[in-house]
Amino acid sequence: MKLFPCSAAKTSSPAVQNSVEDELEMATVRHRPEALELLEAQSKFTKKELQILYRGFKNECPSGVVNEETFKEIYSQFFPQGDSTTYAHFLFNAFDTDHNGAVSFEDFIKGLSILLRGTVQEKLNWAFNLYDINKDGYITKEEMLDIMKAIYDMMGKCTYPVLKEDAPRQHVETFFQKMDKNKDGVVTIDEFIESCQKDENIMRSMQLFENVI
Amino acid sequence: MAAGVAAWLPFARAAAIGWMPVANCPMPLAPADKNKRQDELIVLNVSGRRFQTWRTTLERYPDTLLGSTEKEFFFNEDTKEYFFDRDPEVFRCVLNFYRTGKLHYPRYECISAYDDELAFYGILPEIIGDCCYEEYKDRKRENAERLMDDNDSENNQESMPSLSFRQTMWRAFENPHTSTLALVFYYVTGFFIAVSVITNVVETVPCGTVPGSKELPCGERYSVAFFCLDTACVMIFTVEYLLRLFAAPSRYRFIRSVMSIIDVVAIMPYYIGLVMTNNEDVSGAFVTLRVFRVFRIFKFSRHSQGLRILGYTLKSCASELGFLLFSLTMAIIIFATVMFYAEKGSSASKFTSIPASFWYTIVTMTTLGYGDMVPKTIAGKIFGSICSLSGVLVIALPVPVIVSNFSRIYHQNQRADKRRAQKKARLARIRVAKTGSSNAYLHSKRNGLLTEALELMGTPEEENMGKSTSLIESQHHHLLHCLEKTTGLSYLVDDPLLSVRTSTIKNHEFVDEQMFEQNCMESSMQNYPSTRSPSLSSHPGLTTTCCSRRSKKSTHLPNSSLPATRLRSMQELSTIHIQGSEQPSLTTSRSSLNLKADDGLRPNCKTSQITTAIISIPTPPALTPEGESRPPPATPGPNTNIPSIASNVVKVSAL
Repeated sequence: MKLFPCSAAKTSSPAVQNSVEDELEMATVRHRPEALELLEAQSKFTKKELQILYRGFKNECPSGVVNEETFKEIYSQFFPQGDSTTYAHFLFNAFDTDHNGAVSFEDFIKGLSILLRGTVQEKLNWAFNLYDINKDGYITKEEMLDIMKAIYDMMGKCTYPVLKEDAPRQHVETFFQKMDKNKDGVVTIDEFIESCQKDENIMRSMQLFENVI
Repeated sequence: MAAGVAAWLPFARAAAIGWMPVANCPMPLAPADKNKRQDELIVLNVSGRRFQTWRTTLERYPDTLLGSTEKEFFFNEDTKEYFFDRDPEVFRCVLNFYRTGKLHYPRYECISAYDDELAFYGILPEIIGDCCYEEYKDRKRENAERLMDDNDSENNQESMPSLSFRQTMWRAFENPHTSTLALVFYYVTGFFIAVSVITNVVETVPCGTVPGSKELPCGERYSVAFFCLDTACVMIFTVEYLLRLFAAPSRYRFIRSVMSIIDVVAIMPYYIGLVMTNNEDVSGAFVTLRVFRVFRIFKFSRHSQGLRILGYTLKSCASELGFLLFSLTMAIIIFATVMFYAEKGSSASKFTSIPASFWYTIVTMTTLGYGDMVPKTIAGKIFGSICSLSGVLVIALPVPVIVSNFSRIYHQNQRADKRRAQKKARLARIRVAKTGSSNAYLHSKRNGLLTEALELMGTPEEENMGKSTSLIESQHHHLLHCLEKTTGLSYLVDDPLLSVRTSTIKNHEFVDEQMFEQNCMESSMQNYPSTRSPSLSSHPGLTTTCCSRRSKKSTHLPNSSLPATRLRSMQELSTIHIQGSEQPSLTTSRSSLNLKADDGLRPNCKTSQITTAIISIPTPPALTPEGESRPPPATPGPNTNIPSIASNVVKVSAL
């Protein structure tokens, strides 16, 4: 990763930090992605696809990196009725693999490569990573509940039927019944992958977004 | 979706994989990318200057000329480029709008030329960025004023045969230069106002002595003469007032106007004096009434524009004047108190009470210094000097504001007068130069262009009536559908905010424009998260100001047609979106604003349009995965509803 010499060292800046500092950092940090050939080798996209992706990326984020605020902003454009900030936060953490508070184009491509061109195994792995908020290898009921609430939040208030208070919780219960084989209250990666592979619906929907690019 | 964010749709869709393991029912099928075209460069030749851009850049705003198939009309087969015979300078701004999502208004550009270009390309001027919007609106207002002036003077010059006698009279009163009679009337009334005022003044001058009595004022010496003069003046004023009252288009409004009140106050004392007998008791009151005769001088304001401007300035500077008064009062009270207590000790002091000291304070603060009240103690003198110094400051502060206001309004009026005068001369010159049919054609064309320009500003731009769903549209719908499936909920049609729009859809009628805009703005305000983004063109806070600015009532004629038509075009666009679901573009507001409103609309639109419904059978949630039914065969279309495991309520969803 090439950084301009003038930019400050990219210390990990969680969203908790002062937003003024954040802005300052965003203003000084300019990020250039790796060479096109390198990215092509690392990901499963063709050159043309990478070009199109980068143009869109750079248009929204001229500085070359996406911070969490921008990420939430962009994602909420697609879900105008609800509040997608929580889910966008989890999504951001899933994309920000090196946890430096910013998603560069490489992170972006890495994530997309898995999601769009990866094997089912890789995709499930990615989904597990998304659900596992604290990245400890286990999905607990609380983590799943957070994720579920975030997803339901995206729908917004005006739904039919009206969202019940315990709908997320019930959904989590269903999920755990399906996934948690040894009923120990947590779902490990193996349990997850095994259960998903048994479910035809999930397998089929994993293939759904093959032709997105 | 904002323009650039459409590029992130693939990302959002890819991220939807995160919902898959959680969902309990199968996902709808993705729309097929039928015409997967590689992005290509297109060349736009504008009067010889070539611009190049990606096709997708232009397609961000499909409601404009360049973003829709309308540009195919300008395609030149031989050179394989799009040729526009328009101004390349303005086109630069237009193309930048597609690229960055922000429309700028260059200051050097003439406002009407710019408006024409925007109208041609089908872009609403309301989406001009905040940086340039103020300037644009100012120039627009000036232009509108000019047009209004032109209209007025044109109306005045035209002969209006259908005016009734009453209307002619009113016009004669309001614009003395319309006819000779009006001018005569104008001067006569002016003369008599002057006579009346002078007689009032001269009445009180001591006029030399009559032998055998003390010196008398002229009024009492020649009382009959003065009485006759007064009577004559009052006759004239009464007749004038009655004529104006008769001719006024709205008598009630006329009676309430300031000038009419002045007229009444000017002539009432005379009539009251006539009615009242020369009684000892009421003579004092009668004398007081005569004071009101001085109001006749205010009748001059009909004759003097400067006076009117002064009055208008004072009215518009009411807050500054109020502040001046308030601060002066404060200072007066403070200093009066101080002086009173300072001078209490000295003997034979004129400062007998605090209210008595008010007079000293006022005289000192305004640097008059009559000298009738003078402090004698040292403390009194010190405080007195402080008082006079501060008086200068306090009075000097609000005065420049009032002066600048007056100057601005005065110059505005001057400019209007200058324009009118110049226009007469210009027209005269044109008439002189006009010989032959070609010049006559030019003249009539000029008038035609004027009206045409007015019309252009008022008409909604051509909508693209394409009915095909754009790919991005269908992809976005699919995404939202997946979310519905994951959560087991569906977007509600009967949202109170959306219900206005859905009823618009269903009835294809235009609801009340104000309410519509209100609802759109409310819902979009609601949904807009207040986070900062360097990429989006508008700041939420600024958006609100922009909207409030737009919704302020405009008093100028051409402008006032614009908001209405803008709303109408927005509604038209929305209905077309419902029918054809084109990608919504920036119709009236910033990129994200209206799109948010429409985004929420689209899923509902799909559900509202389609008539068949499937009721899903509730199954108890305790069913184990083994009880899951077979997934349905893949059918084309948005969704197929199957008895889902997790739905624990009856769900009516439309196909």
